[in-house]
Amino acid sequence: MHSNVHGTARRATLLWASLMVATLLTWGMGVLGATGTGAIAILAAISFWKGAVIILDFMALRHAPLLWRALTLGWIIMVWALIAIAYWKGLAR
Amino acid sequence: MDSTGLTASPLPHSAPPAMPRLAGDLAIWIFILAELLAFGVFFAAYAFTRANNIELFNAEQAALNRNAGALNTVLLLTASYFVVRAVQAAELRASQSCARWLLAATACGAGFLVVKSFEYAAAFEHDISLSSSPFHMFYLSLTFFHFMHVILGMVILTAMWNGARTGRYGPDDMNGLESGAAYWHMVDLVWLVLFPLVYVIH
Repeated sequence: MHSNVHGTARRATLLWASLMVATLLTWGMGVLGATGTGAIAILAAISFWKGAVIILDFMALRHAPLLWRALTLGWIIMVWALIAIAYWKGLAR
Repeated sequence: MDSTGLTASPLPHSAPPAMPRLAGDLAIWIFILAELLAFGVFFAAYAFTRANNIELFNAEQAALNRNAGALNTVLLLTASYFVVRAVQAAELRASQSCARWLLAATACGAGFLVVKSFEYAAAFEHDISLSSSPFHMFYLSLTFFHFMHVILGMVILTAMWNGARTGRYGPDDMNGLESGAAYWHMVDLVWLVLFPLVYVIH
């Protein structure tokens, strides 16, 4: 028999609710017109956290071999690092 | 699941997993990595093009419907949550419940497509096209590339709904369901970068 890696309904519901709050924060930053390095850092942190919930819990990679967590979490870190470098490049112009 | 006849297993299904396990087929995960790479290159291209056209990108981004983008984030995340519930239901042998969660997820996906279609209709009314500016080229191509992934995701969800209704999935046969679920979550994951990048950062 395989191992059940999908967690409980209660945990999934709590994570969904927290993802909704995080989405509200991102939307609110847009409404406020937040800009600059601090805003990017916050938006990247929220996006990374949401992505980590999807990867570790929803995709159940928390229980997968380390390589898969490294590749997927590494993807978000790499993407946001590139976005941040491009943003600073734009600020410096 | 239990060919040995030992039906009185002391461990409930919710017992912590003993062995590391990749949920879903290895092939779908290779495909997911390829998709993430493609979107990643696209995101980087957007960010570095923006760095050389900041005023243009900021001005045209301000005309986007940020509320629609946020609503679509809610729809995709909720669809992902429903897919998780469907997978959990299948682990408990609750096929009909699994089917209902998948149907609910498909409905959220359809909602995403409707909202996005309204956004595209509004853009085309303003004569926005792939060639109207670098920002619009990225906005349309990036979001439409993602849009097509949502459509494929919905085809997969519908196929899994059909399978769940006939009792195809259970704790001894999770591979197909887990593979489709992983694809759907990838579509969601990509949007979690796309939304702040294209709709919010300026």
